Amino acid sequence: MNTTSFKCCGLRRALIYTLVFGLLWVLPADADELIMVRVHSAFPETMTTLQEVIRKQDYTVSRIQRVDVGLTKTGYQTAEYRVVFFGKPREIKDLPSRYPELTTYLPLKITIFAEQGETLLMALNPILLGDFFPQPELKKTFAVWEKAVRDIFDRVRTEEEGSAK
Amino acid sequence: MYRMFLLVAMIGLAHPVYAAVDGAGLYVQNCAACHGAQGGGGVGVPLSLHDFLDSVSNEYLRKTIRLGRQGRVMPSFRKLSDDDVNAIVQHIRGWSHKQEGSHAAPVFSAQPIKGDAIRGKALFDKNCATCHGVNGEGGAGTGVTMSRPRNWPILAPALNNPGFLASASDEMIKATLMKGRNGTPMVSFLKQGLSKKDINDVVAYVRAFEKSSGAKTAEVLSSESAVIVRESPYSVEQTVASLKSTILGNNFRLIRIQPLDQGFVERGKENKKRVLVYSCNFNFLNEALKVDPRVGLFLPCRVTVMEHKGKVLVMTINPKRLSAIFNNSELNRLCEEMSKIYVEMIEEAIL
Repeated sequence: MNTTSFKCCGLRRALIYTLVFGLLWVLPADADELIMVRVHSAFPETMTTLQEVIRKQDYTVSRIQRVDVGLTKTGYQTAEYRVVFFGKPREIKDLPSRYPELTTYLPLKITIFAEQGETLLMALNPILLGDFFPQPELKKTFAVWEKAVRDIFDRVRTEEEGSAK
Repeated sequence: MYRMFLLVAMIGLAHPVYAAVDGAGLYVQNCAACHGAQGGGGVGVPLSLHDFLDSVSNEYLRKTIRLGRQGRVMPSFRKLSDDDVNAIVQHIRGWSHKQEGSHAAPVFSAQPIKGDAIRGKALFDKNCATCHGVNGEGGAGTGVTMSRPRNWPILAPALNNPGFLASASDEMIKATLMKGRNGTPMVSFLKQGLSKKDINDVVAYVRAFEKSSGAKTAEVLSSESAVIVRESPYSVEQTVASLKSTILGNNFRLIRIQPLDQGFVERGKENKKRVLVYSCNFNFLNEALKVDPRVGLFLPCRVTVMEHKGKVLVMTINPKRLSAIFNNSELNRLCEEMSKIYVEMIEEAIL
């Protein structure tokens, strides 16, 4: 075997390895699938601000699920942990008629929990719903929801950090 | 005027683009939620530990941001530009510079280390497996909060994870084995009596994880429908009543039955043909929260019953489909179990 063919074999082997490992190794979920933000304020203040900001963004808070209360009552220890449901009345009324399965993801929700004197806010990126419900006309709705969630998170963080100064 | 424009343009070009990238801002936007504003950790591992920063290269940090850790919570940041990633790494590195006795970022050779992987396995089983797992799968839980006692600020990483193996060079792994990491359970194995040759053999064994396909900790559940749907032969009211008994019979606590639009329309004007049935098994929930504090996105358990074009649909989200979003292989079992429970409960209710 001459040097050129040896190099060729090496390259081919490298290429095969790259292909095989490339197929075996799928990258983990993209960071964009969950929207998360940390707020340097305690839970009660952040919870109040979150509800105010949702309303300022023209959304309705329909309910708050007190997960921590349920857990504590059944004997488990937990930090404050709530789920805030919100949406637009018109969308809650209209979307289920056209897209019944989308109802399972409505109203939208934000999970909020305490972490050592700070608070974490988290939501499924609504844009991801486009993978589940590929109807082209829904794309715009999901984009609007994504922007709303990001705006809500930014505003909560800004308002809380502003009030702490 | 033209000369002035040229001068301004030349000054602009003379500065590298990344100088304008705000590493601190990008860190807040992309990393602080999990790793803490000052890198103290949270859902994610702490990054500001003195010995951690002194023993990882910038290249390791860059690759980790890019590739993430499949099945181990850390996602991959594919949309950030190289300048963004560099700026974040510089921001993280900045914590090291503020600490007394810290050094510049270490640089490790990318050259593979030669060692006897078979001998390395025996040494690994004896010295490393207790913390890192027999197959290098790492410690259980996520980050430093909610998931485990806080005796140590960091979890034993999954050494068999493709993201780790692609990010860490052999020299970096060797340096960590030799020096250990203060403030963590990782001790110096030179001080524990291993020779440099022993350590090379352990490195060779760790590198051999690359060839063992399908690390369990890097498993992501396969995608399927995002919604579980069945058609009920009964009316909405009858289906809800049946579902209620099924939920109680499955050791779930019924939390609430409400119209979908409750809270959105005036009381009394809700659509009674679109009903949400909320329930919870607190034992199951507590277990899930221990594994990953972010599972609130699934909460509370809910089944939707609604009338649509003369049919009654019984539906719920499919946790199995959503598990991939969390990138946490420990959640896989719970998500599969929950999907199964949902299907069983719904099918029992519409029998």
